[in-house]
Amino acid sequence: MKHTLSVLVENKPGVLTRVAGLFARRGFNIESLAVGQSEDPGLSRITITIDGAEHPIDQVTKQLHKLINVVKIRELDASCMVVDELMLVKVNAEGEKRTEALQIAEVFGAKIVDVERRTVVLRVVGSTQKLQALLELLQPLGVLEIVRTGIVAIARGKG
Amino acid sequence: MSQDKKLKGSESLVAALEHEGCEVIFGFPGGVAIPFYDALYDAKRLRHVLVRHEQGAAHAADGYARATGKVGVCVSTSGPGATNLVTGIANAYLDSSPLVAITWQVRSDLIGTDAFQEADITGITLPIVKHSYLVKTTAEVPQVLHEAFHIASTGRPGPVVIDIPVDVALGEIVYRDADTLDLPGYKPTVRGHIKQVRAAAKAINEAQRPVLYLGGGVISADAAPEILRLAESRRLPVATTLMGIGAFPETHELSMGMLGMHGTVTANYAVHECDLLINLGARFDDRVTGKLKAFAPHAKVIHADVDPAEIGKNVPPLIPIVGDVRQVAVGLVKELEGMEWSAERTAEWLARIAARKEEYPLQYEAPADGKLAPQLVIEEIDRVTAHDAIVCTDVGQHQMWATQYYTFTFPRQFISSGGLGTMGFGLPASIGAQIGCPDKTVVDISGDGGFQMTEQELATAMSCGLPIVVCILNNGYLGMVRQWQDLFWNKRYSCTSIETQPDFKLLAEAYGALGLTVTEKDEIEPALREALACPRPAVIDFRTSPQENVFPMVPAGKEITEMIGGQAKKTGGRTS
Repeated sequence: MKHTLSVLVENKPGVLTRVAGLFARRGFNIESLAVGQSEDPGLSRITITIDGAEHPIDQVTKQLHKLINVVKIRELDASCMVVDELMLVKVNAEGEKRTEALQIAEVFGAKIVDVERRTVVLRVVGSTQKLQALLELLQPLGVLEIVRTGIVAIARGKG
Repeated sequence: MSQDKKLKGSESLVAALEHEGCEVIFGFPGGVAIPFYDALYDAKRLRHVLVRHEQGAAHAADGYARATGKVGVCVSTSGPGATNLVTGIANAYLDSSPLVAITWQVRSDLIGTDAFQEADITGITLPIVKHSYLVKTTAEVPQVLHEAFHIASTGRPGPVVIDIPVDVALGEIVYRDADTLDLPGYKPTVRGHIKQVRAAAKAINEAQRPVLYLGGGVISADAAPEILRLAESRRLPVATTLMGIGAFPETHELSMGMLGMHGTVTANYAVHECDLLINLGARFDDRVTGKLKAFAPHAKVIHADVDPAEIGKNVPPLIPIVGDVRQVAVGLVKELEGMEWSAERTAEWLARIAARKEEYPLQYEAPADGKLAPQLVIEEIDRVTAHDAIVCTDVGQHQMWATQYYTFTFPRQFISSGGLGTMGFGLPASIGAQIGCPDKTVVDISGDGGFQMTEQELATAMSCGLPIVVCILNNGYLGMVRQWQDLFWNKRYSCTSIETQPDFKLLAEAYGALGLTVTEKDEIEPALREALACPRPAVIDFRTSPQENVFPMVPAGKEITEMIGGQAKKTGGRTS
């Protein structure tokens, strides 16, 4: 089972190391991690996705709470959150492949952000599933490079 | 400290330490620590104890903290000085001891260049600290120290590392005492939830076979008087962990001694049979529980701890309480006062426990090789010091015998490395304990193996004129490993014989301390009396039998019912 944690931390040096290190020490694999400034310039928000199948998530959130620089932890409810991830993909676009790449991009609402003689770069934002589906379609063209931000998530409404 | 005075970073650190009420620090200088040591030269109130190895500084500060309840402080230079502290920091972390470790660091602009004596100590210690700081500016120094003391000593205590680049020591600031905290992410829950406390009180009141299981949390919360009141109010039999020793007087009729791997038969079987296990400030460590699935199989569990992460980590409690153990105990006593209860409810249980105590005492026989029984040496130390010494230990057989055959009566009396199991802890810890408690008798019980890991601190003890008594149970072996080889590894004593060693008497004398060797039973008491009367450090080399093993023993990962040793009472040996 996947868990999405939204962790509010003090914007201080070394905080990310402390958080990431703690997951490793307690035997969790981080699947995705994204960090950036929050609404408060003194605080950053980290969105972490982990697979909690092997260990109960409870223990790691409690341990996370013990880090002095961690201010708040929230496990987001999958049915009540907005999740997005940004991906840049460089694909082979020689000859006929170029048209195909452009068509696929259009269907997925992906933007072409770079065009070269032999490659194009697509930028797409969406759920992990959407990004996966796009990749599968692009695969036959020849995917040269993938860069993903990791997911960011926010709870819906005021909750 | 007068306000608005311009101070260097190093001077402001001294001022800030004094402002926190720190009286003594343990340390060792080095290149980038010189500015700080220069500032110390003029310090009026702050005392510095010069150790002979930084590991000794960390353990001494830890021993000081455990003996006094105050924050212990150690200082080192960068690189090897700082890495030598690491074992001591880990030790304090595992045993939740309030320690502030100040490490000096290479100049800020050299950090990350593999400069001379550079080590990333905040990185290295990340998994073994409660918190750490890499100080960037001189202005932060007072605030960081204030926060460090607060974090180290509140909630679940633990070590805090402060790494300070040397240029920060040289910069100047207008010094102001720091008295406010800005720690939005740190708010330990102290008061247990009243609903939970009430539910726990009800369960205690209704239990027919209750056991009170006390850990180090009772001692760090200074909760022993409240715990005594709680235990007596419902006549709760008490078992302590290694870290909980001293939380409840072992002379009390409700005391069952220690539980766990080398615990008493009475304590372990009481836990096995109880219908309510009340864990206050302990953490269901594997040395206590053995095989988790078979631990306390008939019991409802109440677990109170100031650290929420401990609750449910190993054993899911029926009634969890997050809070300071002292506050929880006060709440429980208050709730229980309003409930009806009759001593008949637990009478049968207490009778069963009393009978078992009588039938299965801790016991030993005179060793067949005619050498001293180590247990007897501890009993004699106990008798001669009238249950009143602060006892520090190393780790191994002697440590377990100390728990078994010394009678502990008050909190902070037993100072031992529990979680990390650090050999070499005893001597430096006893230095810290004696400095913290100058009026107490301090005895370090050690083995010939552990003593040799930090024996250089005898020089520190000498330089401070400390009358500590080091009792080495010298059996020529790394005894606890030998015991496991004996019991579980076909008596293949691989690398556990340490017969080649110094004459400890002469070694002590070389340091200027009193050295004694004891080989016969009737020499034990006179030697102890001579050592205790000596105003200098004393080392007694007790030549004990290598054949002796620590019993009873619940092998690692086994059930309590698979205990080795712990037979019914024999004649001879100890019977009480």
